Amino acid sequence: MNWLSQIASVTWFGVCTIPRRKGSAIVATAGIAGVVVVFVGVLSIAQGFRKAVTSTGRDDIAIVLRDGANNEMSSGLGRDVARVVKDAPGVARENGAAVASAELFVIIDVPKRSTGTDANVPFRGVEAAAPTVRGNVTVTQGRMFERGRNEVIAGVAAAREFAGLDVGKTIKLGKTEWNVVGVFSAGGGVAESELWTDTTVLQQAYQRGDSYQSVYAQLVSPDKFQEFKDALTSNPQIKVKVVRQAEFYADQSTMTTNFITGIGTVIALMMALGALLGALNTMYNAVASRGREIATLRALGFGAAPVVCSVLIESLALALTGGVIGGLGAYLAFDGYGAATMNFQTWSQIAFAFAVTPKLLLNAILWAATIGLLGGLFPAIRAARLPIAAGLRET
Amino acid sequence: MSTSDGVLVRVKDVEKVFHRGSEEIHVLSGLNLEVPKGEFLALMGPSGSGKSTLLNLMGGLDRATNGTVEIGGERIDEMSDRQLAAWRARHVGLVFQFYNLLPVLTAERNVELPLLLTPLSKAERRQHVETALTAVGLNQRSRHYPRQLSGGEQQRVGIARAIITDPTILLCDEPTGDLDRKSGDEILGLLQALNREHGKTIVMVTHDPHASARAKRTVYLDKGQLFKEKPE
Repeated sequence: MNWLSQIASVTWFGVCTIPRRKGSAIVATAGIAGVVVVFVGVLSIAQGFRKAVTSTGRDDIAIVLRDGANNEMSSGLGRDVARVVKDAPGVARENGAAVASAELFVIIDVPKRSTGTDANVPFRGVEAAAPTVRGNVTVTQGRMFERGRNEVIAGVAAAREFAGLDVGKTIKLGKTEWNVVGVFSAGGGVAESELWTDTTVLQQAYQRGDSYQSVYAQLVSPDKFQEFKDALTSNPQIKVKVVRQAEFYADQSTMTTNFITGIGTVIALMMALGALLGALNTMYNAVASRGREIATLRALGFGAAPVVCSVLIESLALALTGGVIGGLGAYLAFDGYGAATMNFQTWSQIAFAFAVTPKLLLNAILWAATIGLLGGLFPAIRAARLPIAAGLRET
Repeated sequence: MSTSDGVLVRVKDVEKVFHRGSEEIHVLSGLNLEVPKGEFLALMGPSGSGKSTLLNLMGGLDRATNGTVEIGGERIDEMSDRQLAAWRARHVGLVFQFYNLLPVLTAERNVELPLLLTPLSKAERRQHVETALTAVGLNQRSRHYPRQLSGGEQQRVGIARAIITDPTILLCDEPTGDLDRKSGDEILGLLQALNREHGKTIVMVTHDPHASARAKRTVYLDKGQLFKEKPE
């Protein structure tokens, strides 16, 4: 009989004894499932946040900010600069007009539906070309705002997370009242967390004169970016920063994503330590309760190595069971769950859905497997070192 | 498998020392024993006299502190753990006081265990199992689990498992120690038949004079020494 067959046989005998010690086996499995649920749950927040921020980032859209600005909040552009940007080479045109939108970005307080507490929500003034520039904006409810009027449309995520943004409602911001006339989707991206209105109206409401904070420009093609950028950055009359939309969004999400991932990993590590002790206890218990059987098998001629492998395999199997249960539970509980959190780089709320991705599940299963293998290692070594003669007399 | 002088087991100048903390316990002291092929030897002695320890040394289940153990001309005290495991599978049949059957396996699967270490096919293994269970009179209960069998029946399964590979030597540690007189007699009769009819070499540890009477020869162990007669 070859070595693998020995391992299979000894493992099978061990697995058959699990019902005799189902209590500790269930505790270990549940512990590992708990680790996986927490691990997947917390990291799915980071994944969902990243997805929300970056999913609509495109390479053929350029964002122009003031030179030195890291985000729209710290940027400022005059009307003349906006005009230079729109006239720059590489910008797509429709009927002779640039497919570009000079935009104003302010932060407003809107109560959350869930808690009633105020949260920072981005309120963006856009030009007519904004939906065309982004390419994926669709009004799903109500209608588009009319230019020159105090009307807003709310992103679907904003309408879901924040109170008072239903179509037909009126919200008062400062001294100005705004009518919510529509809800729009934007391919699951960050724009869905925003309110949109006409730039000019927003400039007047917030006394911003004719200043903007950014210009979103659709390029003829992604490879026109460098030409577009060079034309603007080499122009001595203006001082601007030009970035691709995809890079801009990725950069905007980095701090929050890293923060959530770090917190999630620390929590999962602490729980993993507990689960590891549970697995160790279970497998020591398994080895102790099977001492005579293991000694008998070894007395009959089964090797020590197959015994080690069988204990490791059993531990791994329990851990993977816990991992799969936990992963499935996390997927059912969290995937698609809507939430909103602060983007620390813009100090505004971004609504997003938890995203339990295949990669995340695979990572969680790897964690579970690691716990299982570590939990089984020392008990396996103990099993292999059990003196046969003493083991045979165990009761 | 034996040497040219017909001796199957040769234990020479064997010492076995156990350690309990800083204390040394000398269980066997310079012990010598020869067992000819075809012998049915009973090892008797009081509790703690080293009977089972000696049996374990002969079966390669434990190692002597000093001295040599030779079975069929092979120095098993010089073998590695891995070599010893393979040697046990090939040459030793073990019968235990408490049967040591795997409770999750049926009688036939328990008997089949040693054959899993051989290259035999499944059909061949099944044939061998049937033969062994028939030999111990238990072929009708082959599908029963150990918990469904009496003590005597479990020991028969244990004996069937011990003989299934046609081992060179049968080592029995108190094989009737957990049985009533009637079942014990049946087991002893079975061992006698294996010795007489099949020429099996058997070394049996017992503290029961009734059991040792069924052996061809009895030796006594006391305080780590071997005696031909029961010491006073």
